[in-house]
Parts: sequence; structure tokens; C-alpha cells
Amino acid sequence: MTTTPAPTLTPPKARRRAVRARSLRPWYRNGSLVAGIVIVGGLILVAVFAPLLTPYSPTTQNLTDVLQGPSAAHWLGTDQFGRDVLTRLIWSTRVDLRIGFMAVLIPFVVGTVLGGLAGYFGGWIDTVVMRLVDIFFAFPFYVMVIALVFVLGAGETSIYLAIAAVSWVSYAKIVRGEILVAKQQDYVMAARLGGFSHLKVLVRHIGPNVLSQAIIYAMSDIVQDIMAIVTLGYLGLGIAPPTAEWGSMIAGGQQFITTQWQQATIPGLAVVVTSLGLSWLGDGLSDLLSPDRRK
Amino acid sequence: MLHRLRFIPGRILQAIPVAIGVTILVFMMSHLLPGNPAVAMLGNHATPAAVAALSKHLGLNQPLWDQYWLFLVHLLHGDLGESITYQQPVFGLVMSAAPVTLSLVLYALVLSLIISVPLAGWAASRPGGVRDLGVRGYTLLGQGMPQFWTGIMLILLLAVRLRLFPVSGYGQTPLDHLYYLFLPALTLAISMCPTIIRSLRASTIQVLGSEYIGTARSKGIGGASLFRVHVLRNAAIPTVSIVGVNLGFLVGGSLIIEQVFAIPGLGSLMINAILSDDFPTIQGVALVVALFVVVVGVLTDIVYTLLDPRVDLANTEAVR
Amino acid sequence: MTEEPLLSVCNLSLGVRRKGGPTTVIVDDISFDVAEGQRFGIVGESGSGKSMTLRAIANLLPGGVKVLSGTIKYRGDDLGTMPAKSRRRLAGPEIAMIFQEPMTALNPVMRVGDQIAESPRRHLGLSRAAAMDLAIDMMRKTGIPDPARRARAYPHELSGGLRQRIMIAMALSCSPKLLLCDEPTTALDVTVQHQVLRLLEQLCEDSGTALVFVTHDLGVVNQTCRDLAVMYAGEIVERGGVKDVFSGPRHPYTKGLLDSAPDFDKPDRELTAIPGFPPNLADRGDGCPFQPRCAFAAGHCATSRPRLERVLPGREAACFETARIFEGATA
Repeated sequence: MTTTPAPTLTPPKARRRAVRARSLRPWYRNGSLVAGIVIVGGLILVAVFAPLLTPYSPTTQNLTDVLQGPSAAHWLGTDQFGRDVLTRLIWSTRVDLRIGFMAVLIPFVVGTVLGGLAGYFGGWIDTVVMRLVDIFFAFPFYVMVIALVFVLGAGETSIYLAIAAVSWVSYAKIVRGEILVAKQQDYVMAARLGGFSHLKVLVRHIGPNVLSQAIIYAMSDIVQDIMAIVTLGYLGLGIAPPTAEWGSMIAGGQQFITTQWQQATIPGLAVVVTSLGLSWLGDGLSDLLSPDRRK
Repeated sequence: MLHRLRFIPGRILQAIPVAIGVTILVFMMSHLLPGNPAVAMLGNHATPAAVAALSKHLGLNQPLWDQYWLFLVHLLHGDLGESITYQQPVFGLVMSAAPVTLSLVLYALVLSLIISVPLAGWAASRPGGVRDLGVRGYTLLGQGMPQFWTGIMLILLLAVRLRLFPVSGYGQTPLDHLYYLFLPALTLAISMCPTIIRSLRASTIQVLGSEYIGTARSKGIGGASLFRVHVLRNAAIPTVSIVGVNLGFLVGGSLIIEQVFAIPGLGSLMINAILSDDFPTIQGVALVVALFVVVVGVLTDIVYTLLDPRVDLANTEAVR
Repeated sequence: MTEEPLLSVCNLSLGVRRKGGPTTVIVDDISFDVAEGQRFGIVGESGSGKSMTLRAIANLLPGGVKVLSGTIKYRGDDLGTMPAKSRRRLAGPEIAMIFQEPMTALNPVMRVGDQIAESPRRHLGLSRAAAMDLAIDMMRKTGIPDPARRARAYPHELSGGLRQRIMIAMALSCSPKLLLCDEPTTALDVTVQHQVLRLLEQLCEDSGTALVFVTHDLGVVNQTCRDLAVMYAGEIVERGGVKDVFSGPRHPYTKGLLDSAPDFDKPDRELTAIPGFPPNLADRGDGCPFQPRCAFAAGHCATSRPRLERVLPGREAACFETARIFEGATA
């Protein structure tokens, strides 16, 4: 489809140093990066200090104060079980962020390894891995996740496994693609001619650049995973109630859209803010790790 | 030009192992469940006699490979088992739900093209300008909004507050369908547009900067003809590939949206099946959807080759 | 016998204006005329402003570059003050351009025949079939074998030489009076270069088309053009007939160019490169732009700018010291 970029002749270490030096400005001048760090950092703090932030419990029901609008006591009102919406919103951060970050780990490792093997060794390994990629890729994300959650039962582990089964594919593609390009670069041939073993070439020479691409993708993958968790929560297939979770909050709020519309709206905004923060962080990281590939 | 289509049989052949792999994966699902697959297929209230009959039908006492072969044979005859909830063949249920989902997906695709092409064009004509920043801002935001939430927000705004569209449902006549499907399709389009716009904008910027646009201008071609004949056809090429890839995500998304808007398509079918432990239906829907995506993949490659005369898929394995 | 020149560039200056900052001048106050059927070359290094000049004439200046002052007149009409539509109508039937890299200058998804036919269809109002016939005819004139079949090909299916011929066919399809050539042979193999140049000369001879030929290759200019202007750092430093200038340059830069170019008639001559680098255009000083690299520079060369002045009949040079350096040289 597209032609590969012209090979460079600089040895890898110098190239890596050059890449970092070429980053036009120091990290604290990088708008996206700073915005991302602030937002994500803020969210993490909120998650960690949740119990200290509000006096209410996220799960205890209080049937005398059901479905109240925003007030001095309840800044965002209460839900149909009398629970403070703001509290649940804050505690939700713990669940969604934690699962979002954890869910990338397995696909990252599995996808990178398989993609790496496929890209570097080629041949039948490549064909097999790519066929696997095609097969898994044919299942739309939610179809696969839903089906797997059914088969494996509801609960956190199933979510991790289901997401892993679907997401590894992207990492494999990216890593394989990067290695295919890197393999043709002159510095790799020079390294091999110099007598380095396959492993050493992979780890020291091709590795850093490829990994940085995978990490950058992982940032957008976290966003996608949080979306998935929230969506599963909405469908009733995610974390079981009464645990506070943005998706299930929205589902609960949908019934009362005409009267207490903030219940369905605000948790969604929380998701939007989280994704924005993570996207900016990813953009900033991308700028930092590979400024020559700015979109 | 027709000789370039000679890659089609090969491409179809390439898709077959993938399709087979898909069927294997779906087949494995019933075996990953705890307990007897026949019980999974029939539900907990099945009589022992029924379980025995189905076990025989599925060949459960035979080696796994033979079971899979039986599964394939049944598949080719349109036998996907019987839904536990509806007591009807899954195949029939899927076939009546599929057109609904398909029309939703196509509707969404059309809407997203209508929205994306002009926006991408505006943004690309003056990169860094106000329009461009606005469009890119929307792209960033659009990625962060959960699809179902966007749907609910649209319901809130356009159905509840402004009463322009129905809150949910599918309607009776085809005209009704168009009306009822508008909000769901719009929701899907809003989530799909960022991807299309990003790709189209980038490729349009690249095309606008290329030499042959200069050549065309030196021939006195300008404005609308320039865009139509020279820019669009070139800029659309990478986007076609991206759209093809994303069609799978679109179908996945439509499953969720159907829940939000209560549309009787494959998504509702599947999710209701989950909530009622109706395994055969789940399996059937997953299979049909996955095979659809494989077919779309082949079609995308064909369209892509027709559009870009430089591509020769007979000789190269596209680096997807 | 003074008749209106076909193209008249008067005191043209081009530059990039930065918001709240200084303007970088890319082309500084150049003037030249091209008569009907004349073949005029513009020679210089990369960055001398020669391509920009051509683009200004063709109305193809890139984004930030603007006309700072001066006029470009075609048949007496000021191109700068003309309404955009009229100017666009000139492109094709009056003024045409060929570019350096035919692979990128041709639309990759359009058949070459259609690309050639596009201009006649639009400007001459020909029908689709008539335009295609014209295109095939042009292809035949440019020496493309089996033109009817080749017209259905895509650019990437043709060789570099064929692609350049397509470009020529495309440019000449509406029989323009002025053909602008931006290094059209630079990207080609030497043998193909020669063929393409001969073709250009022949076609222009036949149809009386004037040529403005921009290149850094002295040999090409020698072969193709009758008059030339030498540009350096956005200024014209020497102007005159090609043969005269090459046999007896009147500007140190021109001399330097000639000394550094290989000459097959004198294979043992040592090549001397011009020391130093082309100047940073944002950093113009007050003196002659060539002064830092000039072996003959005198004191005042660094403080005042020489103007283009007549040094011999039909010859001009922008150098204070031209008489001293080239004294005794034959005209």
C-alpha cells in the first residue's frame, strides 16, 4: 500500500539520542503532555483519596432521600436508592480507572510477543499469527467481549480475559509492522553482520523504537478499555451492583431522563474527561518518544 | 483494468481459512462452557430425553474433530440450533434480525460520510486555521464519548426536550424505519466520524500539497472540479481502507445502540439471549456477525483495488 | 523594431511575510523580458529563487510566498491585477508549465490520456472524443510509441522518459504561447535528457512557443536556450546571450559556475568549486550577496549593492568590479 520510508544509516544508540534531542521543546512545554498529566494525575488522586472526599457511602441505601435534585447536601442529587450521586461518581473512578489500566497488560504482552515473532522471523510463524489476527479481528469488539463474558461468567476476571482476547490483535499488528520496517533499515543489517544474535538485535536495536510505538498505542487502548468497561456496566454485564461504576450509573439514570437528567449525563461527562486526559497524555507521550512521527 | 480483478479468486481463497477459523472459534464456545454442551444448548429445564437426542445430533460422544465437522455440516444446512427462549430455529431469528441491523449500519455509514467529507475538506483546506482546530477538537472529543451515552444525550436533546424524534422503537413501515432509525444512526455516525475525518483530513492535506495538484492548477483547473476530479479520488483511497476496517467496529457499536433505542436487531437479540441464558442464539449471532466482517474485508479489498490503480493485490500481501 | 514582449517581468520581488516579524525576501527586484518564440534560460543554484520566479508567473506560488512588489505582464496585461478567473483562463492555452519530477507531477489515479485531454476539454471546449484524439495526436508528436494504447495507461506504468513526454504533451496540448519549464530534465537519465530536450526545442520551434527554462545545469541551457539570466540569492547577476556569456562571463559567480562545470572539450581542466555556501536569505546584508564567496571582492563590495548594468551591447552584469576582473576578455 504505502512505500516504506527510506532507511537511515545512523547506528541505533546515536539515533535514540538524536530522537530525544530532536524533541523540540522540554516536556513541560508540551501542552498535551502537561494537560494529560494534570487530568490523569487528578483522577488518580481522586480515586486514591475517594473515602476522604465525601462523607457519604457509595453503596448504602437511604430510601428516605430517593431521587432528589442537586442541593447543598447532595451536590448532584441522589439516585433511586437514595445514594449520593457525587459520591458514587467519585468512587467509580477507582473501579473504572483500575480495571482500565490493568486490562491493557495482558493484550500488551501477548500482542507484542506474537507480533514481534511474526515480524522478525517471518515465514510460517508470520502466516499463522496473521491468520489468527484475521480470525480474532473478524469478531467485533463487543460481540466477542459479550460472548466471552457469557461463557466465562460475569465478574472482573472475565472482563480482563475478554478484553485481552480482543485487544491483543492491535498490538500484534503494530509491533509486526514496526519490525518489518525496522528490519529493512541498514543499522539492523549492520548489527547482524557484526555478529549479534537474534535476541540481542531484537532487544537492543529494534526493541526500543518498537516498544515506544506499542506504549503509545496502549494509551489509546486504555481509553478503549475504559469505554468497554463502562459499556459493559451499562448493559448489566460488568461489575456487579451495588458497586459504583459509571456505566451502571448511566443505565440507572436513563429511566429518569425526563426528571433527573443529570444522573445519566454526569457520569458520561466523567468518562469524556477521563478519555480526554488519557488522549492528551498519549499525544504528549507520542511527541516525546517519537517526535519525527507527529501526525 | 479488468485484468487487475484477477486477484479476486485468490483473495476469496485467502478469506476461507479465516472464515473456517471463525467457525472453529464459535464452535469452541460451546465447549468452553462448564458442563454438557447439549445442556447448554437446551437450557436447564430440558428433559433427559431431549438432551440425549441432541447429544446424538451433535455427536457429543465422538472425537472433537468429528463434532466440529458435524457442526460445519449443520451450519451449511442452516441449522444453528434452536433458541431456548423462543423455541425457534436460531437461523430464522438471526435472519429476521439481520436486515434491521444492516439497515442501521448502512444508514450510519451514509450519515457519517455526509458529515465527514465536508468537515475533512474544510479542515484540510486551511490546516491550523479555526475550522481545522474546531474539527480536530471534535475528533478528540468524539473519541472520548461512550457511544451509548451519546445516544442517550441525543435522546435527551432531540427526543425528550425538542420532541423531534421518537425516544425508541423501530416503527412499522419502511418510511417509519427511516424516521425511527435516524437518532440511532446519527449516534453511530457521531462515533464513527472522528476516525473517518482524521484519515480523510490527513490524506487530503497530503494530496493538496502534492505536485500533481500544482500541475492541474497550471492547466487552469480550479475549485470544485479540482476537488472532485483530482483531490477526492486520491484522498479517498486510504480512507476506504480505514472505513472497511472500522465496519466491524460499527457493527459492534450498533449492537449496543440497539439496546439504547430498543431496535429489534441482532444486538438486541444477542443481549437478550445473554440475559436469558440462551446460548444457541448467542453462538448464532456471533457467528453471523463475524462472517459478515470477513466478507466486508474481502469487499473492501476489491473496492480498494478498483480505486487505486497502483495497487496489485495479486502480487503483494497488503501490509494491513 | 520594438514590439510588446510576450512576457515582461518588472522589478519583481517575492517574499515570505511573517506576522510581527521581518519579511524574508526570496526574489529581489528582478526584471527580464521574453519575446515571442524566444528561448530564455534562468540558471542558478538551489535557493537562488529561479523556481519561485517561474511559479509567480504561473500563479502557483506556495502558501506563504507573496508578491512583494513589481509586475508580471503577459501581452501587456498585468497578471497581478487581473481577476482570478481571467488569470485561470490563461493557464493552458496561453501559459503552460512542465515540472521537474513527472512521477509526482502526474495524478496517479487518472489515465495519462485523460490527463492530457483535460486541458483541451476545458479550455478549447472540445468533446470527450475530440479531446482524446487530440491527446493521442500530441502523444504521437512527442514521440511516444503506440500512443492510442499508451493513453489508457496510468503514470506508474510508464518509464521516466515517457512520463516527461506525457507532461510535455499535456503542457502543449492547447498550443500555449509561453512554456515555463522547471528543471524538466533533472530527474532523467542523461541519454533520455538529451532526447527530451531535442523534443522540446523541436516542438517549440514548430509552434513558435516561447520558452522560459529554469535549470542549474549549464550544459542544458547551452543546448536549449539562446539568452539567459544568471540568478544568485534572489537577484539576477548577469544577463545576455548564452554563447556570449559562456565564452566570456562578466560576473564572478558566472565564472565560478563555468569553472566548476565539467567540459568534455577540455577533459583535463581542473574543476574549481566555488568556496562557501549560498547565503541565508533571511540574513541579507547591505553588500553584494556574492561578496563572501567572491575571490575578487574589493572593500566596497561588502557595503553597497551592485545593480544590474550594461557592460557590453546586449550584456548586463551586477558587479562593481566587472571591468577590473574581466579586462581584456573578449566580448
